[in-house]
Amino acid sequence: MAATDETSRAYREFRKGIWKENPVFVAALGLCPALAVTNTTLNALVMSLATTFVLVGSSTLISLTRKAIPKQVRISCFIIVIATFVTTIDYVLKAFMYYAHKDLGAFIALIVVNCLILGRQEAFASKNTPGLAISDALGMAGGFTIALTLTGVVREILGMGTVLGMRVLPESFEPWAIMILPPGGFLTMGSLMVLFAYIKSLQDKKREQLELRAADEAAEGRAG
Amino acid sequence: MQESFVYIFFSACLINNFTLSYFLGLCPFFGVTQRLDTAFRLGLADIFVMTIASMAAWFLNTFVLKYAPYLQTICFIVVIASTVQFVEMVMKKLFPPLFRALGIFLPLITTNCAILGLAIFTTNKGYGFLEGLVYAWGAGIGVTLALVIMAGLREESDLQGVPKLVRGTAMNFLISGVLSMAFMGFAGLFSSTG
Repeated sequence: MAATDETSRAYREFRKGIWKENPVFVAALGLCPALAVTNTTLNALVMSLATTFVLVGSSTLISLTRKAIPKQVRISCFIIVIATFVTTIDYVLKAFMYYAHKDLGAFIALIVVNCLILGRQEAFASKNTPGLAISDALGMAGGFTIALTLTGVVREILGMGTVLGMRVLPESFEPWAIMILPPGGFLTMGSLMVLFAYIKSLQDKKREQLELRAADEAAEGRAG
Repeated sequence: MQESFVYIFFSACLINNFTLSYFLGLCPFFGVTQRLDTAFRLGLADIFVMTIASMAAWFLNTFVLKYAPYLQTICFIVVIASTVQFVEMVMKKLFPPLFRALGIFLPLITTNCAILGLAIFTTNKGYGFLEGLVYAWGAGIGVTLALVIMAGLREESDLQGVPKLVRGTAMNFLISGVLSMAFMGFAGLFSSTG
């Protein structure tokens, strides 16, 4: 019984990162990379991959050592752990994906100051068992990946008419150059957030109606 | 030489504004801009920390990282984090109201990409000590400018009838998109001189 409880809890922690507490759209964390490197889909994917590696790695390590870290210096400890993972992925990317690394430039090193990662260490990994911490990290990383990829795809389609370098819009489509420039990042992210809020409000309305109907039926049942 | 300082300053402040064209330091940009005076003070803290960060970056680059370049990320972040902690202690002691007003965002300056970004950009551009300082002030003032403009706009828009769906972060993004477009206009500022 205890094992299934643990598993379902882990699954819940995983799912909340994807949708209900999506780090980018809902909590508005980790915005800098979400905007800076999403001018093409490929960049967005590489960035998500790097962030996932760092988040899962440091969540695991922090959660394993959570009892050994003194409370007063925990933030510094978190940062050093995160920085180590960032340096690792920085050099790995440089070795295996040289051009993507060049495109992303300083933003790989800047993963270290992604508030999403430090936030998860402080709010979750330092207080929970490694299993839960990993599922939480995977969920958050998943939400982050979805958000980045969505933004990247929208910006690349509108800005260049392509996805991952393959043309999806006809040649006659005049690319909106602004979408791959900085303002496009803000505008796309803003529009996606509105969309996200709209879907959420629809869901809430549906749930309310269901609850109302259930209450009605219960009342009828009593009356009958 | 004089002109190049001017160029570095305005380039960091307006043309390549850290917040609006490099997307650095967005968390405080959206988090602490409900009120004008808080935003302004956060901007000042930013300038202060950036100044120290650029000096630290120069020091580390000259004496440490020449021998161990793979330590760059760790070194920068540790030195900057301790600096911020120091600022925090000084602030808590000398300006308690300010400390309360900035709340959670003071420790988060540590994880402010604008500050680490500054250190990395200074390194990549190969700036010396003075150039680094000018760059830091330009960037800091640029960030403060963005924070203050944003806070002013938000104070106004809070009083308007914005649809519920768009209210909050989404609208802040759309506003900053427009601001970012406006700042793109500065791109031609130095085209003739360099």
